[in-house]
Amino acid sequence: MLISLARVFTPSFIDIYSDFGVEKPKRQSGGRSAQYEPTRTGYYWNDHVMPENNAIEKFNYDSEAADDYIKAGFGVVNTHIQDRIVRGSGSLIALNNEGGNDKRVLEAKSGQYFSFSRSNTSNQSYPSSIMGSMALLRQMYYDADWYAKGNIKTKDLSLEALNSNKGLVQIFEAGSRLNDLRADKVGDLFNIQYVILGGGDEFERIDDIKAMNASMIIPINFPDAYDVENAYLAESLSLEDMRAWNQKPSNPKVLSDNNIVFALTTHDLKSPKEFKGNLMKAIKYGLSKDKALAALTNLPAQILGKSDKIGSLKNGTQANFLITSGDIFDEKTVLYENWVQGAKNVIEDMGKKDIRGTYDFSLAGESYEMKIKGELSKLKTEITSDGKTRGSKITYSDDWVNIAFTTQDSTKQEFVRIVANVDANKNLNGKAMFPKGMETSFFAKQKESASDTKKEDDDEEKDKEDAVEKVSTISYPNKAYGFKELPKAETILFKNTTVWTNEKEGILENTDVLIKNGKIAQVGKNLSDGSAKVIDATGKHMTAGVIDEHSHIAASSINEGGQNSSAEVSIEDVVDDTDIDIYRNLAGGVTSIQILHGSANPIGGRSAIIKLKWGEAANNLIYNNSPKFIKFALGENVKQSNWDSNSRFPQTRMGVEQLYIDYFTRAKEYDALKKSGKPYRKDIEMETLAEILNKERFISCHSYVQSEINMLMKVAEQFNFNINTFTHILEGYKVADKMAKHGAGGSTFSDWWAYKYEVNDAIPYNAAIMHNAGVTVAINSDDGEMSRRLNQEAAKSVKYGGLSEEEAWKFVTLNPAKLLHIDDRVGSIKVGKDADVVLWSDHPLSIYAKAEKTIIEGVTYFDLKRDEQMRDAIKTEKSELINDMLKAKNKGLKTQPIKKKEKELMHCDSE
Amino acid sequence: MKNIQFIILTVLCATFAFSQQTPAPKQNKTIAIMGGTAHIGNGEQIKNSLIIFKDGKIETVVDATTVKLDISNMEVINANGKHVYPGFIVPNSTLGLVEIDAVRATNDDDEIGGIIPHVRSLIAYNAESKIVESMRPNGVLLGQITPRGGRISGTSSIVQFDAWNWEDAAVKTDDGIHMNWPSSFTRGRRWLGEDPGLKLNEKYSEQVAEVTSFFNETKAYAEGKKSLVNLPYKATQGLFDGSKKLYIHVDNEKGIIDAIHFAKDNKVKYMVIVGGAETYKVADLLKQNNIAVLLQRVHSRPDNEDDDYDLPFKMAKLLVDKGVLVALEPSGQMERMNSRNLPFYAGTTVAHGLSKEQALQLITSNTAKILGIDKDYGTLESGKSATLFISEGDALDMRTNQLTHVFIDGRSISLETHQTELWHRYEDKFNSKQ
Repeated sequence: MLISLARVFTPSFIDIYSDFGVEKPKRQSGGRSAQYEPTRTGYYWNDHVMPENNAIEKFNYDSEAADDYIKAGFGVVNTHIQDRIVRGSGSLIALNNEGGNDKRVLEAKSGQYFSFSRSNTSNQSYPSSIMGSMALLRQMYYDADWYAKGNIKTKDLSLEALNSNKGLVQIFEAGSRLNDLRADKVGDLFNIQYVILGGGDEFERIDDIKAMNASMIIPINFPDAYDVENAYLAESLSLEDMRAWNQKPSNPKVLSDNNIVFALTTHDLKSPKEFKGNLMKAIKYGLSKDKALAALTNLPAQILGKSDKIGSLKNGTQANFLITSGDIFDEKTVLYENWVQGAKNVIEDMGKKDIRGTYDFSLAGESYEMKIKGELSKLKTEITSDGKTRGSKITYSDDWVNIAFTTQDSTKQEFVRIVANVDANKNLNGKAMFPKGMETSFFAKQKESASDTKKEDDDEEKDKEDAVEKVSTISYPNKAYGFKELPKAETILFKNTTVWTNEKEGILENTDVLIKNGKIAQVGKNLSDGSAKVIDATGKHMTAGVIDEHSHIAASSINEGGQNSSAEVSIEDVVDDTDIDIYRNLAGGVTSIQILHGSANPIGGRSAIIKLKWGEAANNLIYNNSPKFIKFALGENVKQSNWDSNSRFPQTRMGVEQLYIDYFTRAKEYDALKKSGKPYRKDIEMETLAEILNKERFISCHSYVQSEINMLMKVAEQFNFNINTFTHILEGYKVADKMAKHGAGGSTFSDWWAYKYEVNDAIPYNAAIMHNAGVTVAINSDDGEMSRRLNQEAAKSVKYGGLSEEEAWKFVTLNPAKLLHIDDRVGSIKVGKDADVVLWSDHPLSIYAKAEKTIIEGVTYFDLKRDEQMRDAIKTEKSELINDMLKAKNKGLKTQPIKKKEKELMHCDSE
Repeated sequence: MKNIQFIILTVLCATFAFSQQTPAPKQNKTIAIMGGTAHIGNGEQIKNSLIIFKDGKIETVVDATTVKLDISNMEVINANGKHVYPGFIVPNSTLGLVEIDAVRATNDDDEIGGIIPHVRSLIAYNAESKIVESMRPNGVLLGQITPRGGRISGTSSIVQFDAWNWEDAAVKTDDGIHMNWPSSFTRGRRWLGEDPGLKLNEKYSEQVAEVTSFFNETKAYAEGKKSLVNLPYKATQGLFDGSKKLYIHVDNEKGIIDAIHFAKDNKVKYMVIVGGAETYKVADLLKQNNIAVLLQRVHSRPDNEDDDYDLPFKMAKLLVDKGVLVALEPSGQMERMNSRNLPFYAGTTVAHGLSKEQALQLITSNTAKILGIDKDYGTLESGKSATLFISEGDALDMRTNQLTHVFIDGRSISLETHQTELWHRYEDKFNSKQ
């Protein structure tokens, strides 16, 4: 900053992320039937990938929008078309209202842009999920490389553009903490370091963000307080949303404390007009002024590789600077001028007298005090007489003020109007007009200028600051029931309990279990360990943790239904560590789940097999060396029987068979070519299917009627592999002998039926019949509600079909572990296995049993007693935050109406 | 004997596979159930009981240890070590109105039109539904068949689950009118580009006013000459003389309070809250006004992320402790086939605070009282219908819910279903192979 004559010079700001002059295209309404093909030729096969788009070709300088930016202190904006997954190049524009584009365009191609969001201009159905977007990006990079090497004979202008934009800065709109990491993950595979547009929630797991080593672009659209005056409605607010209000303004500070390079943007704000207020808030919450300035000047310049031209005031850089009355980040500072490329934009007349301060005047025998305050461009008045405040308004320009204030009689809407000239001593001279038309002369003397009253105001402001600076502690995840400190693995000795081993020892009474180093260390009588926390478990039951073979909780998306095969997508890309159903499942004794892709297509996506380590980040939930699985599906869902659209192959079970034969034939050819050592086009979908052929990846297939179950086994046998698991498998009992012979397991519902035509013959005896025929049987949920009661669902196999209790219990523990190929680690209480155990209050198959402790690898992730303490803490924190929000509203801050948080219950057919 | 039964059963299966079980004939011999633990349904139990019923009515329920009676001319069922329960009752049910959710042609639960109290569920009730018969092996023997949708969905009736047709099935015809109270929140319309999340329902007052004016018109109609018959107004009259109950389906606290005032202001004689997810917050008000609750499905997830994980499990206890009359209703996803889990919904409330006999009341006597059929159903008491069953063990726990005998109005009901027939068929297929 250069300071001269109480005028401060600062480089004008740069907004690195905008759509200035290139409006986002409007959404088109969909046609009657789904569109599976692209709308153009000579380009990439997917309409959501258009790297050939160049913002500069659509660019129209918008001087009205430019004025808003200029008034907010910006001199240069970086702009691109904010539509599609691959968006093409953007341009760097100086906000020079006088020159033409010849001067303004600093760089026609300043960067290449990406996102996870589909285009508004095309209804091509793929990709329909974030994991689909990730897979599409990966395949595109493989294809671009293959194309660059000259292996594709036909023309692809998209890939050509993508390759030629390679040297530019690559900017990715991620938009949330989870998506930041997902974008970075895609880039890492191809040695591309994206600059990532975040979501403002990065502070929630800052270490993971830091580990990306990416430069970031951070929006500051901090949420307004909720209007909590209506107590009934306020109860619908979630702690998570309330904390967002309280904590988000601290995001820039946390990023800065962790030395993450970031630029600030007006993106996500309704208008650049809101920028200063939010920025001041970020500063109040601890972002240093130096860092704030850097994030608006030299850092965006550096990210764009334009430090030689913009972002600083030194010889040779453009004459883009701001002239202010003082420290640019001081609330009271007046922005006088914003110079861009040497062209002057006057925001506020520098010669304008600062009339802010306190005045005295008397009119018609009454004496008044008037305070003039606020921003010089937007003054406010406070007029009091006899200790009572009058409603008042002021306008001020060219040394003249107009003031209106209400008369004493508050029942009437009558005003006293004043027009007065400001003299050299900032005194006001003019006349006053009364409601009845009487006029009199007016004189008001300034008794204190704003600088004199500063101290008092500062104190006032300091109070305000203190109020907002109390940021509530984050937890993992950052919502109700999150841990403020992650629980640690313990050595625990459970004494004198009934142990369901799931091993040849069977059910052991009056037995001790020692867990140590995350493993089951000893099972026996009279155990002791000096370092162990001893828990008397008399009268209780201990089992291995429940395993759900078929779950759809803890994922940001479930179906990639845009194509009839989506083998290229993976649920591992979209695990959501914040899903409250993780915690609720723990409360039902569940420790491991397979998050399966949905059933929108015959070949679905790859699974994530996770442990419910509530509080850990998504990546730490996924099993180490996880067995590889993929979801297949048969029947009504894949033939779209219950959909509005029905133009996709296959529409019948006949077609489903041929689809599999087609894909596996191609995969076989692909694999043969790959193994031959000859060059081949890398195809993620075919890679995945080849893993199945090579017995490296297992199938869990959603299935209902006997014909299709039989068919898929025959297709597999034709290609020399096995179907590992049939899930749902409601008519498994009709072909149980064939399944046993093929070696397929069955993971079914205990008693669901009658919801679709294909479950007309589903019977609750299914599990027992399959088991008796020698099939490995599991009971699964496919439902976030049922999954927390899987012990009860297992018990139904005792009722329906008369299974022994010991075998029934294995249906939700050891057997799903076997089906998932994790039975060497979990599924039974055996020395050396992971200490994934549950302590039940009662017989685990009983409707009267509650999980008291759910432990994974020695860490107690659910504890009934701790849960009760958490409930109290949640209530206390919520009432404090509600109180703070009421205060905010009373202070006159903007509020937003309450919305109710709702968690979608995901099933196979969820999007 | 067992083998003969099995052969007969197999023959029957072969003959009648894929058709509904034939309804049982009238009781022609007095039956005595000896030695079982009788769970009366009113909170009491008799360990070593003697239950006698004749012509479909219970004559005697006594403690066999202290009372000796001559049972020589009766058909005696030895229930030593077993448990006897009154038939479970499922209120607010769409059983028999929909057979397969996804097949629209089988859906008869939701008529179009916002305020249609005159639309009656009973005549659409399919007494031969395969799903209805699957209730019986779990002890669920009676149901309130209820229309869905709109502001006033229509009129329900109460049926028993072993009948040739809906007239046969009817236990109480046109027992109540069902109203869906306006919600406090609405969902954004995604297809119009709105945020699909829940936000305040700005039309709440307007919607309440709409149904209020319908009630005003109804009352004006009652006082008028009725020269022109208006079916909706006419159907609603029973609410004011007490011959019909008003079932208001409402979940949130404010809505519940508004609904209570609405019913009072409109001089509705009997009002029942259905669903009532937040009734536990206004239990005192319900108690003061003597308003009963058909409480939402126990096996559900909490509505709000911050709620106690077990809130739906313990809600019944929170209300019972305050003295509110509560019964359990099953509506929600896959509600029809899931209704056979009604006993286990009750069982779950035991794990979360109620006693077993209290939990039993939630699906027997309390339900009967709320539905207004307690003169005949809901407990094992002399003078009431012999609608009861014998279970090998505790019927509220799936481990031990194994029924051996079921009676509706004294008629001995088949425990076979479409599902057991398939079970036997395929067990037999695999057994004969080995």
